[in-house]
Amino acid sequence: MRAATVLRLAALALLVAFLLVPQRFAPLFAPLTQYGAPPIYDQGNLLTLALAHLSTVCLAAAASTVVAVALGILVTRPGGREFLPLSRTLVNIGQTFPPVAVLAVTVPLVGFGEKPTLIALFAYGLLPIFENTIVGLQGCPAAVLEAASGMGMSARQRLVSVELPLAMPLILEGIRLSLVINVGTATIGSTVAAKGMGEVIIAGLLSNNTAFILQGGLVTALMAVLLYDAMAALERRVLRGVVAE
Amino acid sequence: MITLEALSKAYEGRVVVSDVSLTIPRNAITVIVGTSGSGKSTLLRMINRLVEPTGGRVLIEGRDTRAEPAHLLRRRIGYAIQGHGLFPHRTVAENIATVPRLLGWDAPRIRARVQELLTLLQLDAATYADAFPHQLSGGQQQRVGVARALAAEPAVLLMDEPFGALDPIIRAKAQEDLLAVRRRFGTTIVLVTHDMDEAFYLGERVAVMSEGRVLQYDRPAQLLEHPADPLVARMTGQADRAMRLLSLTSAGEAAQPGRAAGPEVAADTTLREVLSQLLWSGADSATVLAADGTVRGHLTLAGILAHGRPQ
Repeated sequence: MRAATVLRLAALALLVAFLLVPQRFAPLFAPLTQYGAPPIYDQGNLLTLALAHLSTVCLAAAASTVVAVALGILVTRPGGREFLPLSRTLVNIGQTFPPVAVLAVTVPLVGFGEKPTLIALFAYGLLPIFENTIVGLQGCPAAVLEAASGMGMSARQRLVSVELPLAMPLILEGIRLSLVINVGTATIGSTVAAKGMGEVIIAGLLSNNTAFILQGGLVTALMAVLLYDAMAALERRVLRGVVAE
Repeated sequence: MITLEALSKAYEGRVVVSDVSLTIPRNAITVIVGTSGSGKSTLLRMINRLVEPTGGRVLIEGRDTRAEPAHLLRRRIGYAIQGHGLFPHRTVAENIATVPRLLGWDAPRIRARVQELLTLLQLDAATYADAFPHQLSGGQQQRVGVARALAAEPAVLLMDEPFGALDPIIRAKAQEDLLAVRRRFGTTIVLVTHDMDEAFYLGERVAVMSEGRVLQYDRPAQLLEHPADPLVARMTGQADRAMRLLSLTSAGEAAQPGRAAGPEVAADTTLREVLSQLLWSGADSATVLAADGTVRGHLTLAGILAHGRPQ
């Protein structure tokens, strides 16, 4: 087994162990607390929070993927090329508009809870997937596309069986990027009462408990790193044949 | 038979192909040759409607190509291009099976056809069927490209500079393969090239194009002996046209009865090669052997030289 694999498995084991039996780690965090404050977050189940956090991120990424890939396909078709500047502007706004600001705008519209967080993460995650989809689709070698048409594939067949498979490495990379960015960004969802690791961090900030802040941050960071690796492994699996010329 | 009737293509007023009418015979190799920008590729691509003509029409066996959707038409026409355009994410066998799959052939029939084509093009099925294109050499990729174009047994095969990216030795081999394909399947082949040697070697008929027009459409010997246009004469090479003429005739065709002193040559050697051998060896005659090793006849230096003059 390679060293990197060992390290990953160790990180995963550490994360799972901490989420299942957090009290065992109390001695580690105790030095960070003052005046007998609890060293381990005790206002909710850490495992539940972590899972809620992940599910919010994944749901938002799934929505971003559907919309961004569909848009990317649309603007690279002959009929949709004129929509490229418009789509790009919209997607860029999603990225430049700070998620916190999105929360502020959406809470009055959809109320507190998970919804505003989902919307913020969805908008924030569009850009990498959209741009990578476009680059992937535009990067298909001209000779390959010409051959596909020359063989008698319809536009749809060519898209599904040639262009998308060839663009897949970049699309997956975009999804991975979007996922990892949003694992971190999702912590702010807790400011509007979405369940997630942000809750732990905020509790720490409010009660001046460094141990809480550190727990929330570490769990989030570990999730991001592991998710990144898992996606990379998935990509290698999916793409084992697809090699650029 | 493919008939091009007053075929034209213009892009926003810029004429690329202008009023071309050609009759391309069945079961033969027809070569369209021209400099870059002469419109030869556009002309070829109008046959399978990768380019839609702005004027005129194309008939294949008397049927207008616009009678059916373009992608269905293309499934019946083989298409091979420079740089092969193989699908990098599919194996060799899957690449070859592209059109049969589109046509909905059943799996055993596709397997048998892939096997047959790999054998014909001398690619070992056990080694290459499951390989990916990037694992093959340039010559092998090109052969797979041809196999893919032939997979659904098309009556017509269009080739756009198919050997342009190959080095001279592999290129000669690929040309041999193409002649073998023509003999084996009787495919009507239309090939575009800028290489006059290739045109003369492969083409039973050659159309010379310049600036969107066909200057002359004839048998290679006619192009050399009676160029219809000064440009045709220039393109076919005035300086060595006698040598080119020699390369159009094989030793077997020109042989006189009886044996002679001097080297032995195979019947399918061109007179140009025989002449070169005679010059090299200092002999003034050669014996022509048939493929089975029997004496087919002989050639004399004077006899060969006579073939280098217009008849």
